[in-house]
Amino acid sequence: MTNNTSLFQRSLVQEALKESFVKLNPKIMFRNPVMFTVEIGTFIMLVVSGYSLSNSSQGGFGYNFTIFLLLLLTLLFANFAEAIAEARGKAQSDSLRKTREETPARVISIEKSSDFKFSNLKPSDIQQITSLQLKKGDLFICEAGDIIPADGEIIEGLATIDESAITGESAPVIREAGGDKSSVTGGTKVLSDRIIVKVSTEQGESFLDKMIALVEGASRQKTPNEIALTILLAGFTLVFIIVTITLKPFADYANTPISIAAFISLFVCLIPTTIGGLLSAIGIAGMDRALRANVITKSGKAVETAGDIDVLLLDKTGTITIGNRKATNFYPANGVNENSFRKSIVLSSMADETPEGKSIIELSKIDPLTFQVEGARFIKFTAETRSSGIDLPALQAENEITRIRKGAADAIKSLCEKAGNAFPDEIANRVTQISSNGGTPLVVSENEKVIGVIELQDIIKPGIQERFVRLRKMGIKTVMVTGDNPLTARFIAEKAGVDDFIAEAKPEDKMNYIKQEQSEGRLVAMMGDGTNDAPALAQADVGVAMNSGTQAAKEAGNMVDLDNDPTKLIEVVEIGKQLLMTRGTLTTFSIANDVAKYFAIIPALFIVAIPSLQGLNIMNLHSPESAILSAVIFNALVIPMLIPLALKGVAYKPIGASALLRRNLFIYGLGGVIVPFIGIKLIDIFVSLFI
Amino acid sequence: MNTEILGVILMYATVVALAIPLGRYIGKVFNYEKTWLDKIFNPLDKLFFKLSGINPGNEMTWKQHLVTLLTINGFWFIISVFVLTNMSWLPLNPDNNPSMSWDLAFNTSVSFVSNTNLQHYSGETSLSYLGQLILMLWQFISAATGIAICAVVFNAMKERTTEKLGNFFSYFVRSCTRILFPIAFIGAVILVFNGTPMTFDGKDSIITLEGAQQNISRGPAAAFISIKQLGTNGGGYYGPNSTNPMENPNYLTNIVETVFIFLIPISLVFALGFILKRRKLAIMIYGVMTAGFLCLVIPTIYFEMNGNPAIAEMGISQNMGSMEGKEVRFGSAASAYWAINTTNTSNGSVNAMHDSLTPLSGMFTMLGMMINSFYGGVGVGFINFYVFIILAVFIGGLMVGRTPEFLGKKVEAKEVKIAMMIALLHPLMILGGTALASFLYAGNPEAYAGWLNNPGYHGFGEFLYEFCSASANNGSGFEGLGDNTPFWNISTGLIMLFGRYLPIIGPVAIAGMLASKKYIPESAGTLKTETSTFGILVFAVIAIVAALAFFPALTLGPLAEYFSFCVAN
Amino acid sequence: MKSNLFPSIRLTLVCLAFFCGIYTCAVWAVAQLAPGQGNGLTMNSEGKSYHINIGQAFNSDKYFWSRPSAVDYDAAGSGGSNYGPTNPDHLSEVEARINNLLKYNPNLSKAEIPSDLVTTSGSGLDPHISVQAANIQVDRIAKIRGLSEKKLQQLIVSNTEKALLGLFGTERINVLKLNLELDQLDKN
Repeated sequence: MTNNTSLFQRSLVQEALKESFVKLNPKIMFRNPVMFTVEIGTFIMLVVSGYSLSNSSQGGFGYNFTIFLLLLLTLLFANFAEAIAEARGKAQSDSLRKTREETPARVISIEKSSDFKFSNLKPSDIQQITSLQLKKGDLFICEAGDIIPADGEIIEGLATIDESAITGESAPVIREAGGDKSSVTGGTKVLSDRIIVKVSTEQGESFLDKMIALVEGASRQKTPNEIALTILLAGFTLVFIIVTITLKPFADYANTPISIAAFISLFVCLIPTTIGGLLSAIGIAGMDRALRANVITKSGKAVETAGDIDVLLLDKTGTITIGNRKATNFYPANGVNENSFRKSIVLSSMADETPEGKSIIELSKIDPLTFQVEGARFIKFTAETRSSGIDLPALQAENEITRIRKGAADAIKSLCEKAGNAFPDEIANRVTQISSNGGTPLVVSENEKVIGVIELQDIIKPGIQERFVRLRKMGIKTVMVTGDNPLTARFIAEKAGVDDFIAEAKPEDKMNYIKQEQSEGRLVAMMGDGTNDAPALAQADVGVAMNSGTQAAKEAGNMVDLDNDPTKLIEVVEIGKQLLMTRGTLTTFSIANDVAKYFAIIPALFIVAIPSLQGLNIMNLHSPESAILSAVIFNALVIPMLIPLALKGVAYKPIGASALLRRNLFIYGLGGVIVPFIGIKLIDIFVSLFI
Repeated sequence: MNTEILGVILMYATVVALAIPLGRYIGKVFNYEKTWLDKIFNPLDKLFFKLSGINPGNEMTWKQHLVTLLTINGFWFIISVFVLTNMSWLPLNPDNNPSMSWDLAFNTSVSFVSNTNLQHYSGETSLSYLGQLILMLWQFISAATGIAICAVVFNAMKERTTEKLGNFFSYFVRSCTRILFPIAFIGAVILVFNGTPMTFDGKDSIITLEGAQQNISRGPAAAFISIKQLGTNGGGYYGPNSTNPMENPNYLTNIVETVFIFLIPISLVFALGFILKRRKLAIMIYGVMTAGFLCLVIPTIYFEMNGNPAIAEMGISQNMGSMEGKEVRFGSAASAYWAINTTNTSNGSVNAMHDSLTPLSGMFTMLGMMINSFYGGVGVGFINFYVFIILAVFIGGLMVGRTPEFLGKKVEAKEVKIAMMIALLHPLMILGGTALASFLYAGNPEAYAGWLNNPGYHGFGEFLYEFCSASANNGSGFEGLGDNTPFWNISTGLIMLFGRYLPIIGPVAIAGMLASKKYIPESAGTLKTETSTFGILVFAVIAIVAALAFFPALTLGPLAEYFSFCVAN
Repeated sequence: MKSNLFPSIRLTLVCLAFFCGIYTCAVWAVAQLAPGQGNGLTMNSEGKSYHINIGQAFNSDKYFWSRPSAVDYDAAGSGGSNYGPTNPDHLSEVEARINNLLKYNPNLSKAEIPSDLVTTSGSGLDPHISVQAANIQVDRIAKIRGLSEKKLQQLIVSNTEKALLGLFGTERINVLKLNLELDQLDKN
C-alpha cells in the first residue's frame, strides 16, 4: 500500500473540484444543517442579484452579485474539503481495491467431507473460476506464484506468503493450517508450497470492503460525538437565525434600513461555517489516517472510542519484549554432571519448535542430530501440564523408560512431588533468583527428579519505556499480559514501565480483567490474534485483531491491523484523540471568529443611519460595503486555509489534559479571536482599492 | 480612598465572609448532616411533614422531582390569580383597593410564583394587605423552590450512579425553615430597628415644615423587604422599591439589603463544594462568576461616579456622579453596585432608577440579565451556570481529545441537545419579544406612544430591558415603560413562565440523566473541570453564547445612545 | 401528579400559616421593641411630629432646598422620573433647575452646583442633600434670614452625617433636620 503524504495530489484535486459542485445538490447539503442554511442564503442572494438589475433599492447589482459569488465560493470550499477528504480516502482504498481485482481461483468442487485430504485430491476435483464467483465456505487451492483470490483460512498446508500488497512489508511470512496464523488475505501472493483455503467472507463483505465503503463516505454514519457536535452547531446556527431575523424590526424601530445582502452576510459570517464546512472532512480524514497506519476499522465510532481508552492490554511477547525469550544460562542441580544435564536438555528440546526451544539447543552447542531417538515419544506442551519433554525408550529391557520434562517450576515441582521426590531448596532458590531478575526459569526433571534449571531471558524492546511514559501522560493505564510467573512479570513490568500486569495469564484472565475494568467505568483496548483471544477482543471496547490472526479473532475485534504490529494500538489511540481534538479546536476557532466578524459587520449595518457608531468600527474598515465584503471573504477563505489542518489533524501532544486544553485554548481560542481581526483588516485594505 | 468605593468593597467582602460559613451550613443541610440548629428545626420540619402528609424519606427520580415542582407551583399560581382578582371583597383590605384585571393578575401571579417579581402595578395603591401577604408567601416559597431544585442538581452531581435524587418536599421544607426563615428574620429585625415600618396601621399623615400635608404609606414592610432581598425576589413593598427611604432608610440597611442579594447565590456555590467535597470546583465556579461580575460592576461604578456626560456639559459639578434616580444617602457607587448585583442575580430590587442610569451602565445591567448566571438567582443561578458548564465541558472535552465527561459522567448528544435548547431559549425570548414590541411600535408610533417614557435609542432600551428582566426572572425595569397593558402583561407573563420553568426542567433533566450514567474515574487524560483554564473556557462560552448574541440589539440601544450623546459631543 | 397534589396543597397551607402568620407576627412583635414601634422613625419638634426618613419639599427661599422630586414628595405614591440620561425633556428640566438655582443664588457659579440638587431622586422622597448642595445655599439663606454665614456653616457641619464609621458611603445632610435647626437658630 502506498503511503503518499502529499495532501493535494493533482488528480485528487481535480476529482474533488468536480465533486464540490455535485455536492451542491440540496438533498446532499441537507445532511449538514450549517451549510444548508448557507445554501439557502446563497439562493436568496441570487434572487436579490437578479432583482437588483431592475431595482436599486437593495443596492447595486455588482455588490449583490459579488456577495452571491462569495457565498457560493464558501459552499464550494466546504464541499471541496469533504470531497478532497473522500478522494484521498478513495485513492487509499483504490490501492487496496487493486488487490481485490478479479483473479483466477481454483475452487475444489468435491464434496466437502471432513475426511478430505490433500493427498487424495484429483485434478478433476479442481475447477477454474474467478475470484468474484467465490462464495463463503468455498475451498480453493493456491500454489507457489498464485495470488490468493479471497480472504480465508488455511485448512491444510503451510506456505510462505508475500503480504507486501497489503502491509507494504516485503519480508515473506509463514501461514499454516491450525493455530493462530492460519488466516490469509485476498490479494497476497503465495511464494512457496501449496495450501487449501476456506473462503471466510462473502464477496463485498470483507473488512477491506467495509473500510473502503467507510472512507468513501458511502456508508459513513455519524459517530456519537459528531452527532453531539452537529447538534451544538445547529444550536449556534439557530441562535444566529434569531439574531438576524429580530434585527429587522429593531432596525425598523431605529429607522436604519438594512439590505438583504447585509442580513445574509451577517448571518453567514456568524454561523459556524468554518467547522460546519470541515466537519465531515475531519471525520473522513480520521479514518483515512487509520487506514494509512494500516489499520482497518469497522466503524468510525471505533476510531473515536480509541481516543477515550483508559486501559491498554498488551501482550508481553512482541510488544514489550523483542520476539521471544532466549536461553542464557544452565544451572545443573547439585550432583548433576553439567554435560549430562546439557544432553538431557537437548533431548527434551529436540521436538520443541518454539523459539525458546531452539535457543536452548543453540546455547547447549550440541547438535541434536547426534542423538539416537528412535522410538522416542515427544511430549508436547499443553496448558494443563505446562511442560514438555521426551520419553526415551528403554535401551535394555530392565531399564526404565527415561522421562525428561522441562517446564514451569511449579509444574515440575508438583510432578516430582507426586512421585515422592523432594524439590530441592537449592533449585527453589535458583528459580526465585532467576524470576526476580526478570528471567524465566525452566526446571528440568529426569524421571521425576530435578536435574537443573534453564534460565530464559526477555529482551525489552528499545524505546518502549518512552512509549509507556507517553501513554501514562495521555492518561492511559498499560497492562502487560504474560504467561510468565508473577516474579518475572513484575521485573519486566517495572523495567518496561507498564502500570500493571497479568501474570500466568490464561485467556479467561484477560477477559476477567477487561470486565473488571469496564465495571469500574473504564474503556479497555486490547490486541489479539488467537482464537482464544476472540471473546476478550469482543468484550474490549477497542479490539484490534492482527491480520495474521484467526478469522474468529478478526470477527470479534473492531479493527484489524494489517501490519500485525502489537504497538499499533498506541498509534490508534492517538488517531482517535486527534480526531476529537481537531473537531474541538476548529469549533472553538470557528466560534471565536465571531467576535471580530461582529465588529466588522455590526457597525457597517448601522453606520449610515447612526454615524456616531463609527466608534464601534474599531478595525477602522474603509466603508460599510468593504467591511461586509471583507468579513464574507474572510469567512470563505478560512475554510480552504484550514483544510490541511482538518485532513492532517491537530497534533496530539501527551502533556496532560489541562496543559493540552490550555495550549489549544490559547492557539485556537485566542488565535480564533485575533486572526480574523487581522485577516479582515488586510482584506479590507485590499478590497478598498476596488470600491 | 474614596469612602463610596470603600463602602462597595465592604459590601462585597461582607457577603463573601458570610457566604463561606453559610455555604458550609447549607451543605450540611442538604447532606442531612448534623447542625447546631437541628434542635429547633427537626421538630419543626416534622410538624410540617405531618401536617402536610408527606413522607420525606420517599426518594424521587429527576422526573418525579420536576412533576412535584410543577404541581406545587401550578397550585400557587391558581391561588394567586384567585386572590388578586378577588381582593376587593376578600378580607384585609382596609384601603378598599380594587381587584386586579385578569391580565395584570396573570402577570403578577406568574411574576411572583416564578421568583421574578416584575411589577406592573404599584404596591401602595394596587394591593390589599392580603395581596401583599400572599405575595410575600410566594417570595419565600418560590425562592425555596429554586434552592430545593438546586439541591437536587447538587445531589445528582455526586460520584455515583443512581436514579434516586432525594425528596423534593424535604429539600423544599429545609430551604424554607433552615435557610430562608432564620436569615430573613434577622434581616427584618435589622430593618425595623433602622426605621423600616412593620405595622398594620394605615397611612400616616403629617404637616410638613412648609405647611403642606404629606401622607405617608406604611404597612408590614420590614418582613416583606427582608425576604424580597434574600430570595432574589426583588418585588418591593413600595413602588420605587429600595430607593424609598422607608424601605431602605440608611447606608447600613443598604449594606444589609445589598449583602442579602448575593448571600444565598454565592453560598450555594460554596455549598456545592462542601456537598460534593470538591472545593476546587466550587472555587472555579465562584471565580468565573466573580470575574464576570467584576467585568460588569467596575465599569458601571466608573460610569455612574463619572456622572451623566450630557449634564456635565452644562457645566455643573459632577462630584456626586450621575444622581438622576439615585438617593444621596447611598451615592452613585453603592447605587451602581446594587444595580449590577440585582441584575446579575435575578433579584430585581433597585435602590436607584435603572432607566436613568447612564447608557453603558444600562447596558451592563442588561448584560447581567442576558447572562443571568454570574451568581444568579437563588438556586436557579447555579442551574443556569450548569448549562454553560455542560457546553464548555463538551467543547473542552473534544479539545483534549476525549469524549467529554463532567464529574465522571459522559456528556453525549442528548445532554448537548438539551443544554443548547436552554442556551437558545434566552436569546429567543429576549430578542423575539423585543422584536415584536419594536415591530408594533415602528408600525404605528402614535398608537403605542404610551409605552415609552424616553424617545429614540433609550426607548428601545426600555423594550429590551423589560424582556431581559422577564426572561431572566429579574423583575427590575426601565420603569419608564408604560407596562400595565394587556400586551406587556401577557407577553412578559408568558416569557417569565417559560424563562422560569424551562431552564429548570432542562438542567435537571441533564443532571438526572448524567446521574444515572456509569461513573468513570478520572485519569490524566480527563478534562479537569477544576482548573483555571477550564474556568476561562466557561467564561468564553458564556461571553460568546450569552452575550454576543445580543450585540446587535445592544448596538441599537445603549451603544447607539452612548456613542451619539456621550462620545460624539 | 395526583399523589403530589394533596401534599402540595397542604404544604402550601402550612407555609402560609408559618410565613404569613408566625414569621410576620414575630417580626411585628420585635418591631414593638424598636424605636418608632414599627411605625417609621419620627421626631418631634415644637409639638409636631415629623418622619425623619421621609424627605419634604422645601421650595421657599428661607429654607435649604431639598432635591427636586418627580412626585413632589408624595410619600403615598413615591417614584422617580425614569428619564433616560439623554432624554431631551430631562436635560431641559435639568437646565431649568440650574437656571433657577443661579437665579435665586446670584453669587453661585455653575461649576459649584452639585448634580444631586438638579436631579430627581429615585423615590422622590430623598431626605438628604450633599454637603456641597447645602453649602451653595448658605449665601442665599444668610441674606434672607440675616444670619451670619459662619453660623450657617457651623450648622451644616453639625448636621453633616458622616459616612458609616467614617469609612463607608457618602456624607450627607438631612434637609428636614437642617431646616428645623435653622428655624431654631433663627428664633434664638
